Amino acid sequence: MTEDQGGAETVITLYRDGPLLVRGNFRIAQPDGTTIDASRATVALCRCGGSRTRPFCDGTHRLIGFRATCGPEGRRRQDDSDEG
Amino acid sequence: MTPTKANPSNTVTAEPEPVRCGLPGPVGPLSALLVDALAGGPRGLPGEATSLGNPLDDADLHLALYLCFELNYHGFAGVDSDWADEPSLLRVRRLLGEQFLAALTGNLGPLPDGADVPDRLEAIIAADDSPSIATYLLQHATEEQVRELLVHRSAYLLKEADPHVRVLPWLRGRPKAALVEILADEYGGGRAERMHAELYARCLRTLGMDWRENAYLDRLPGVTLATVNLTSLLCARPRWRGALLGHLAVTEMTSSEANRRYAAALRRLHLGQRDVIAYFDEHVLADAVHDVVAAHDMAGAFARAEPQLAESVLRGAQMLLHVEGAFARHVINSWAAGASSLRG
Repeated sequence: MTEDQGGAETVITLYRDGPLLVRGNFRIAQPDGTTIDASRATVALCRCGGSRTRPFCDGTHRLIGFRATCGPEGRRRQDDSDEG
Repeated sequence: MTPTKANPSNTVTAEPEPVRCGLPGPVGPLSALLVDALAGGPRGLPGEATSLGNPLDDADLHLALYLCFELNYHGFAGVDSDWADEPSLLRVRRLLGEQFLAALTGNLGPLPDGADVPDRLEAIIAADDSPSIATYLLQHATEEQVRELLVHRSAYLLKEADPHVRVLPWLRGRPKAALVEILADEYGGGRAERMHAELYARCLRTLGMDWRENAYLDRLPGVTLATVNLTSLLCARPRWRGALLGHLAVTEMTSSEANRRYAAALRRLHLGQRDVIAYFDEHVLADAVHDVVAAHDMAGAFARAEPQLAESVLRGAQMLLHVEGAFARHVINSWAAGASSLRG
Protein backbone atom coordinates (compact mmCIF):
# COMPACT_ATOMS: atom_id res chain seq x y z
CA MET A 1 0.00 0.00 0.00
CA THR A 2 1.28 3.50 -0.73
CA GLU A 3 -0.08 7.00 -0.37
CA ASP A 4 -1.41 6.71 -3.90
CA GLN A 5 -4.84 5.18 -3.62
CA GLY A 6 -5.35 5.14 -7.38
CA GLY A 7 -7.79 8.03 -7.45
CA ALA A 8 -10.10 6.46 -4.89
CA GLU A 9 -12.58 8.78 -3.22
CA THR A 10 -11.62 10.42 0.04
CA VAL A 11 -13.51 9.13 3.06
CA ILE A 12 -13.56 10.86 6.43
CA THR A 13 -14.75 8.60 9.25
CA LEU A 14 -15.86 9.84 12.67
CA TYR A 15 -14.90 7.61 15.58
CA ARG A 16 -16.84 7.73 18.83
CA ASP A 17 -15.05 9.86 21.44
CA GLY A 18 -12.06 9.98 19.13
CA PRO A 19 -10.49 11.48 16.02
CA LEU A 20 -11.52 11.82 12.39
CA LEU A 21 -9.78 9.33 10.12
CA VAL A 22 -9.05 10.31 6.55
CA ARG A 23 -8.54 7.62 3.94
CA GLY A 24 -8.19 7.72 0.19
CA ASN A 25 -6.66 10.34 -2.03
CA PHE A 26 -6.05 13.50 -0.01
CA ARG A 27 -3.60 16.27 0.71
CA ILE A 28 -3.48 18.30 3.93
CA ALA A 29 -2.66 21.95 3.30
CA GLN A 30 -2.16 25.17 5.19
CA PRO A 31 -4.15 28.22 4.05
CA ASP A 32 -1.22 29.34 1.86
CA GLY A 33 -1.31 25.98 0.09
CA THR A 34 1.76 24.53 1.77
CA THR A 35 1.36 20.77 2.16
CA ILE A 36 1.61 19.21 5.62
CA ASP A 37 3.33 15.86 5.21
CA ALA A 38 1.04 13.14 6.54
CA SER A 39 3.63 10.36 6.03
CA ARG A 40 0.96 7.67 5.95
CA ALA A 41 -1.97 6.47 3.89
CA THR A 42 -4.51 6.89 6.69
CA VAL A 43 -4.31 9.84 9.08
CA ALA A 44 -6.14 10.63 12.29
CA LEU A 45 -7.07 14.31 12.63
CA CYS A 46 -7.52 15.72 16.13
CA ARG A 47 -11.15 16.37 17.04
CA CYS A 48 -10.81 17.11 20.77
CA GLY A 49 -8.42 20.04 20.35
CA GLY A 50 -6.03 18.66 22.95
CA SER A 51 -3.46 16.98 20.73
CA ARG A 52 0.12 18.14 21.02
CA THR A 53 0.70 17.12 17.40
CA ARG A 54 -2.17 19.00 15.73
CA PRO A 55 -3.58 18.64 13.16
CA PHE A 56 -2.86 14.99 13.92
CA CYS A 57 -4.32 13.00 16.81
CA ASP A 58 -1.92 11.84 19.54
CA GLY A 59 -4.41 10.01 21.73
CA THR A 60 -4.97 12.89 24.16
CA HIS A 61 -8.76 12.62 23.76
CA ARG A 62 -8.67 9.59 26.05
CA LEU A 63 -6.79 11.46 28.80
CA ILE A 64 -9.18 14.42 28.81
CA GLY A 65 -12.35 12.36 28.61
CA PHE A 66 -13.42 13.79 25.24
CA ARG A 67 -16.93 12.75 24.24
CA ALA A 68 -18.42 12.88 20.76
CA THR A 69 -20.80 10.76 18.79
CA CYS A 70 -19.83 9.16 15.53
CA GLY A 71 -22.81 10.77 13.79
CA PRO A 72 -23.86 14.34 13.02
CA GLU A 73 -24.47 16.61 16.01
CA GLY A 74 -26.45 19.82 16.50
CA ARG A 75 -29.01 19.29 13.76
CA ARG A 76 -30.61 16.12 15.04
CA ARG A 77 -33.76 14.74 13.57
CA GLN A 78 -36.59 14.64 16.07
CA ASP A 79 -36.57 10.86 16.13
CA ASP A 80 -32.82 10.75 16.74
CA SER A 81 -32.35 10.23 20.46
CA ASP A 82 -28.63 9.45 20.27
CA GLU A 83 -26.77 11.58 22.76
CA GLY A 84 -22.99 11.76 22.80
CA MET B 1 23.98 -4.81 38.60
CA THR B 2 25.74 -4.39 35.34
CA PRO B 3 24.87 -1.94 32.61
CA THR B 4 22.93 -2.59 29.49
CA LYS B 5 25.37 -2.48 26.66
CA ALA B 6 25.90 -5.56 24.51
CA ASN B 7 28.33 -8.04 25.95
CA PRO B 8 31.73 -8.00 24.24
CA SER B 9 31.01 -10.99 22.01
CA ASN B 10 28.04 -9.15 20.50
CA THR B 11 30.00 -6.40 18.80
CA VAL B 12 28.01 -3.94 16.73
CA THR B 13 28.80 -4.19 13.05
CA ALA B 14 28.89 -1.10 10.86
CA GLU B 15 26.51 -2.17 8.10
CA PRO B 16 22.83 -2.69 8.84
CA GLU B 17 22.51 -6.14 7.34
CA PRO B 18 20.14 -8.71 8.76
CA VAL B 19 22.31 -11.13 10.65
CA ARG B 20 21.38 -13.93 12.96
CA CYS B 21 22.69 -14.27 16.48
CA GLY B 22 23.69 -17.58 17.99
CA LEU B 23 21.64 -19.48 20.55
CA PRO B 24 21.51 -18.05 24.08
CA GLY B 25 22.79 -19.88 27.11
CA PRO B 26 20.26 -22.09 28.96
CA VAL B 27 18.83 -21.03 32.32
CA GLY B 28 17.32 -24.34 33.44
CA PRO B 29 16.43 -27.86 32.30
CA LEU B 30 13.80 -26.90 29.72
CA SER B 31 15.90 -24.32 27.92
CA ALA B 32 18.95 -26.61 28.19
CA LEU B 33 16.98 -29.37 26.47
CA LEU B 34 16.17 -27.03 23.58
CA VAL B 35 19.54 -25.30 23.31
CA ASP B 36 21.32 -28.67 23.23
CA ALA B 37 18.93 -30.16 20.68
CA LEU B 38 18.83 -27.13 18.37
CA ALA B 39 22.60 -27.20 17.99
CA GLY B 40 22.11 -30.42 16.00
CA GLY B 41 19.80 -31.32 13.13
CA PRO B 42 16.05 -31.78 13.62
CA ARG B 43 15.27 -34.89 15.62
CA GLY B 44 12.72 -36.04 18.17
CA LEU B 45 12.73 -34.23 21.50
CA PRO B 46 11.87 -36.09 24.72
CA GLY B 47 8.16 -36.15 25.43
CA GLU B 48 7.85 -34.43 28.79
CA ALA B 49 8.21 -30.70 29.20
CA THR B 50 6.94 -29.33 32.46
CA SER B 51 8.06 -26.25 34.29
CA LEU B 52 8.49 -26.43 38.04
CA GLY B 53 8.48 -22.66 38.37
CA ASN B 54 5.63 -20.18 38.08
CA PRO B 55 4.46 -20.43 34.45
CA LEU B 56 3.71 -16.70 34.45
CA ASP B 57 7.32 -15.62 34.64
CA ASP B 58 9.60 -18.65 35.00
CA ALA B 59 12.79 -17.75 33.09
CA ASP B 60 13.43 -21.36 32.03
CA LEU B 61 9.92 -21.99 30.69
CA HIS B 62 9.79 -18.68 28.88
CA LEU B 63 13.21 -18.96 27.31
CA ALA B 64 12.33 -22.47 26.09
CA LEU B 65 9.00 -21.25 24.72
CA TYR B 66 10.64 -18.22 23.13
CA LEU B 67 13.16 -20.48 21.37
CA CYS B 68 10.35 -22.65 20.00
CA PHE B 69 8.56 -19.63 18.55
CA GLU B 70 11.71 -17.93 17.32
CA LEU B 71 12.33 -20.77 14.88
CA ASN B 72 9.28 -19.47 13.00
CA TYR B 73 10.65 -15.93 12.92
CA HIS B 74 14.23 -15.00 12.11
CA GLY B 75 15.88 -18.02 13.75
CA PHE B 76 19.39 -18.41 15.07
CA ALA B 77 22.80 -18.75 13.45
CA GLY B 78 23.82 -22.38 13.29
CA VAL B 79 20.29 -23.73 13.82
CA ASP B 80 18.72 -25.74 10.99
CA SER B 81 15.57 -23.87 9.94
CA ASP B 82 13.81 -27.22 9.40
CA TRP B 83 13.38 -27.28 13.16
CA ALA B 84 10.49 -24.84 12.54
CA ASP B 85 7.96 -27.63 11.99
CA GLU B 86 9.63 -30.54 13.77
CA PRO B 87 6.61 -32.28 15.37
CA SER B 88 8.27 -33.00 18.71
CA LEU B 89 9.32 -29.36 19.03
CA LEU B 90 5.81 -28.21 18.19
CA ARG B 91 4.53 -30.53 20.91
CA VAL B 92 6.88 -28.98 23.48
CA ARG B 93 5.75 -25.53 22.31
CA ARG B 94 2.14 -26.53 22.75
CA LEU B 95 2.69 -27.98 26.24
CA LEU B 96 4.62 -24.97 27.52
CA GLY B 97 2.23 -22.54 25.88
CA GLU B 98 -0.77 -24.20 27.45
CA GLN B 99 0.86 -24.13 30.91
CA PHE B 100 1.49 -20.41 30.50
CA LEU B 101 -2.00 -19.70 29.19
CA ALA B 102 -3.70 -21.74 31.92
CA ALA B 103 -1.82 -19.86 34.64
CA LEU B 104 -2.59 -16.54 32.98
CA THR B 105 -6.28 -17.27 32.50
CA GLY B 106 -6.55 -18.20 36.17
CA ASN B 107 -5.30 -14.75 37.14
CA LEU B 108 -7.76 -12.62 35.21
CA GLY B 109 -10.44 -10.58 36.93
CA PRO B 110 -14.12 -10.35 36.01
CA LEU B 111 -15.03 -8.77 32.69
CA PRO B 112 -16.48 -5.25 32.78
CA ASP B 113 -19.86 -4.41 31.34
CA GLY B 114 -20.28 -1.98 28.50
CA ALA B 115 -22.30 -1.05 25.45
CA ASP B 116 -20.05 -2.89 23.01
CA VAL B 117 -16.57 -4.36 22.71
CA PRO B 118 -14.72 -1.03 22.14
CA ASP B 119 -16.52 0.35 25.21
CA ARG B 120 -15.57 -2.68 27.28
CA LEU B 121 -11.95 -2.51 26.10
CA GLU B 122 -11.87 1.09 27.36
CA ALA B 123 -13.23 -0.14 30.69
CA ILE B 124 -10.53 -2.82 30.90
CA ILE B 125 -7.85 -0.19 30.28
CA ALA B 126 -9.40 2.16 32.84
CA ALA B 127 -9.45 -0.62 35.47
CA ASP B 128 -5.76 -1.43 35.01
CA ASP B 129 -3.79 -0.21 38.02
CA SER B 130 -0.34 -1.27 36.85
CA PRO B 131 2.50 1.21 37.20
CA SER B 132 3.58 3.01 34.03
CA ILE B 133 7.14 2.57 32.83
CA ALA B 134 6.61 5.45 30.40
CA THR B 135 5.72 7.80 33.26
CA TYR B 136 8.66 6.56 35.34
CA LEU B 137 11.00 7.14 32.41
CA LEU B 138 9.68 10.62 31.86
CA GLN B 139 10.04 11.61 35.51
CA HIS B 140 12.96 9.67 36.95
CA ALA B 141 14.92 7.50 34.57
CA THR B 142 18.64 7.69 33.96
CA GLU B 143 20.14 7.09 30.53
CA GLU B 144 21.17 3.61 31.68
CA GLN B 145 17.57 2.81 32.58
CA VAL B 146 16.32 4.05 29.21
CA ARG B 147 18.87 1.77 27.55
CA GLU B 148 17.65 -1.12 29.72
CA LEU B 149 14.11 -0.59 28.54
CA LEU B 150 15.29 -0.53 24.92
CA VAL B 151 17.00 -3.89 25.57
CA HIS B 152 13.83 -5.41 27.06
CA ARG B 153 11.66 -4.21 24.19
CA SER B 154 14.14 -5.29 21.50
CA ALA B 155 12.90 -8.87 21.79
CA TYR B 156 9.62 -7.87 20.20
CA LEU B 157 10.19 -4.55 18.49
CA LEU B 158 12.94 -5.85 16.19
CA LYS B 159 10.29 -8.16 14.76
CA GLU B 160 7.33 -5.86 15.33
CA ALA B 161 4.14 -7.14 13.67
CA ASP B 162 5.71 -10.37 12.39
CA PRO B 163 3.57 -12.59 14.68
CA HIS B 164 0.32 -10.92 13.62
CA VAL B 165 0.73 -11.65 9.93
CA ARG B 166 -0.09 -15.26 10.76
CA VAL B 167 -3.56 -14.29 11.95
CA LEU B 168 -4.75 -12.68 8.71
CA PRO B 169 -5.88 -15.92 7.01
CA TRP B 170 -8.16 -16.59 10.00
CA LEU B 171 -10.16 -13.39 9.51
CA ARG B 172 -12.71 -12.25 6.95
CA GLY B 173 -14.21 -8.93 5.93
CA ARG B 174 -13.80 -5.72 7.89
CA PRO B 175 -11.65 -7.02 10.77
CA LYS B 176 -9.25 -8.50 8.24
CA ALA B 177 -9.06 -5.25 6.25
CA ALA B 178 -8.49 -3.34 9.52
CA LEU B 179 -5.64 -5.62 10.54
CA VAL B 180 -4.11 -5.24 7.07
CA GLU B 181 -4.36 -1.46 7.38
CA ILE B 182 -2.51 -1.58 10.72
CA LEU B 183 0.10 -4.04 9.52
CA ALA B 184 0.76 -2.03 6.34
CA ASP B 185 1.73 0.88 8.60
CA GLU B 186 3.91 -1.38 10.77
CA TYR B 187 5.76 -2.40 7.63
CA GLY B 188 6.36 1.20 6.59
CA GLY B 189 3.66 1.39 3.94
CA GLY B 190 5.95 -0.56 1.62
CA ARG B 191 9.08 1.48 2.35
CA ALA B 192 11.84 -0.58 3.95
CA GLU B 193 13.42 2.37 5.74
CA ARG B 194 10.09 3.16 7.41
CA MET B 195 9.35 -0.32 8.69
CA HIS B 196 8.86 0.02 12.41
CA ALA B 197 11.33 -2.75 13.21
CA GLU B 198 13.88 -0.90 11.09
CA LEU B 199 13.16 2.39 12.91
CA TYR B 200 13.80 0.55 16.17
CA ALA B 201 17.02 -1.01 14.87
CA ARG B 202 18.17 2.47 13.76
CA CYS B 203 17.43 3.80 17.25
CA LEU B 204 19.60 1.08 18.80
CA ARG B 205 22.38 1.56 16.24
CA THR B 206 22.45 5.32 16.80
CA LEU B 207 22.82 4.76 20.54
CA GLY B 208 25.73 2.36 19.92
CA MET B 209 23.66 -0.64 20.99
CA ASP B 210 23.41 -4.03 19.32
CA TRP B 211 20.55 -3.91 16.81
CA ARG B 212 20.59 -7.58 15.78
CA GLU B 213 17.53 -9.65 16.64
CA ASN B 214 18.07 -11.64 19.84
CA ALA B 215 21.46 -10.06 20.55
CA TYR B 216 20.30 -9.37 24.12
CA LEU B 217 18.43 -12.60 24.69
CA ASP B 218 20.83 -13.64 27.47
CA ARG B 219 19.87 -10.49 29.40
CA LEU B 220 16.09 -10.85 29.33
CA PRO B 221 14.22 -12.10 32.42
CA GLY B 222 11.22 -14.43 32.18
CA VAL B 223 8.80 -11.59 32.76
CA THR B 224 10.04 -9.87 29.58
CA LEU B 225 9.98 -13.02 27.47
CA ALA B 226 6.45 -13.70 28.72
CA THR B 227 5.24 -10.51 27.02
CA VAL B 228 6.63 -11.68 23.67
CA ASN B 229 5.53 -15.27 24.18
CA LEU B 230 1.95 -14.21 24.84
CA THR B 231 1.84 -12.45 21.48
CA SER B 232 3.38 -15.42 19.69
CA LEU B 233 1.07 -17.82 21.47
CA LEU B 234 -2.14 -15.97 20.59
CA CYS B 235 -0.98 -15.88 16.96
CA ALA B 236 -0.34 -19.62 16.94
CA ARG B 237 -3.81 -21.07 16.94
CA PRO B 238 -6.99 -19.97 15.08
CA ARG B 239 -9.03 -20.62 18.25
CA TRP B 240 -7.20 -17.74 19.94
CA ARG B 241 -7.71 -15.20 17.15
CA GLY B 242 -10.29 -13.26 19.15
CA ALA B 243 -7.93 -12.96 22.12
CA LEU B 244 -5.16 -11.83 19.80
CA LEU B 245 -7.37 -9.06 18.40
CA GLY B 246 -8.21 -7.85 21.92
CA HIS B 247 -4.51 -8.03 22.80
CA LEU B 248 -3.55 -5.99 19.74
CA ALA B 249 -6.39 -3.51 20.20
CA VAL B 250 -5.34 -2.61 23.74
CA THR B 251 -1.71 -2.48 22.67
CA GLU B 252 -2.69 0.13 20.09
CA MET B 253 -5.12 1.95 22.38
CA THR B 254 -2.43 2.51 25.03
CA SER B 255 0.53 3.09 22.74
CA SER B 256 0.35 6.72 21.58
CA GLU B 257 0.55 8.21 25.04
CA ALA B 258 3.28 5.80 26.18
CA ASN B 259 5.39 6.56 23.12
CA ARG B 260 4.89 10.29 23.59
CA ARG B 261 6.35 9.91 27.09
CA TYR B 262 9.23 7.74 25.86
CA ALA B 263 10.08 10.41 23.29
CA ALA B 264 9.88 13.13 25.95
CA ALA B 265 12.11 11.09 28.27
CA LEU B 266 14.69 10.67 25.51
CA ARG B 267 14.65 14.40 24.82
CA ARG B 268 14.99 15.17 28.54
CA LEU B 269 18.12 13.00 28.60
CA HIS B 270 19.51 14.77 25.50
CA LEU B 271 19.05 11.63 23.41
CA GLY B 272 16.70 13.36 21.00
CA GLN B 273 18.71 12.75 17.82
CA ARG B 274 16.42 12.18 14.88
CA ASP B 275 17.34 8.52 14.39
CA VAL B 276 16.83 7.77 18.09
CA ILE B 277 13.52 9.52 18.44
CA ALA B 278 11.98 8.62 15.06
CA TYR B 279 10.59 5.28 16.25
CA PHE B 280 8.74 6.90 19.16
CA ASP B 281 7.52 9.99 17.31
CA GLU B 282 6.25 7.75 14.52
CA HIS B 283 4.30 5.65 17.01
CA VAL B 284 2.56 8.63 18.58
CA LEU B 285 0.90 9.39 15.24
CA ALA B 286 0.67 5.89 13.77
CA ASP B 287 -0.89 4.41 16.89
CA ALA B 288 -3.39 7.25 17.16
CA VAL B 289 -4.70 5.89 13.86
CA HIS B 290 -4.31 2.26 14.90
CA ASP B 291 -6.08 2.98 18.22
CA VAL B 292 -9.50 3.56 16.69
CA VAL B 293 -9.02 1.20 13.74
CA ALA B 294 -8.10 -1.61 16.13
CA ALA B 295 -10.83 -0.89 18.67
CA HIS B 296 -13.74 -0.29 16.30
CA ASP B 297 -12.96 -1.66 12.84
CA MET B 298 -10.96 -4.68 13.98
CA ALA B 299 -11.92 -5.90 17.48
CA GLY B 300 -15.40 -4.34 17.50
CA ALA B 301 -16.35 -5.54 14.03
CA PHE B 302 -14.91 -8.98 14.75
CA ALA B 303 -17.01 -9.33 17.91
CA ARG B 304 -20.15 -8.37 15.99
CA ALA B 305 -19.36 -10.86 13.23
CA GLU B 306 -18.42 -13.65 15.64
CA PRO B 307 -20.28 -12.82 18.88
CA GLN B 308 -19.37 -16.17 20.43
CA LEU B 309 -15.76 -14.91 20.51
CA ALA B 310 -16.50 -11.47 22.01
CA GLU B 311 -15.51 -12.65 25.47
CA SER B 312 -12.28 -14.05 24.08
CA VAL B 313 -11.45 -10.60 22.65
CA LEU B 314 -11.84 -9.08 26.12
CA ARG B 315 -9.82 -11.86 27.76
CA GLY B 316 -6.98 -11.22 25.33
CA ALA B 317 -7.00 -7.57 26.38
CA GLN B 318 -6.83 -8.58 30.04
CA MET B 319 -4.00 -11.02 29.33
CA LEU B 320 -1.97 -8.26 27.70
CA LEU B 321 -2.42 -5.90 30.64
CA HIS B 322 -1.60 -8.70 33.09
CA VAL B 323 1.76 -9.60 31.53
CA GLU B 324 2.59 -5.94 30.85
CA GLY B 325 1.73 -5.08 34.44
CA ALA B 326 4.02 -7.83 35.77
CA PHE B 327 6.77 -6.60 33.45
CA ALA B 328 6.32 -2.96 34.56
CA ARG B 329 6.35 -3.90 38.26
CA HIS B 330 9.53 -5.92 37.81
CA VAL B 331 11.31 -3.12 35.98
CA ILE B 332 10.21 -0.31 38.29
CA ASN B 333 10.82 -2.33 41.47
CA SER B 334 14.31 -3.23 40.26
CA TRP B 335 15.12 0.38 39.54
CA ALA B 336 13.63 1.59 42.80
CA ALA B 337 15.96 -0.85 44.57
CA GLY B 338 18.93 0.54 42.67
CA ALA B 339 19.31 -2.66 40.65
CA SER B 340 19.27 -3.56 36.98
CA SER B 341 16.05 -5.01 35.61
CA LEU B 342 18.02 -7.23 33.23
CA ARG B 343 19.53 -10.63 33.88
CA GLY B 344 23.13 -10.43 34.99
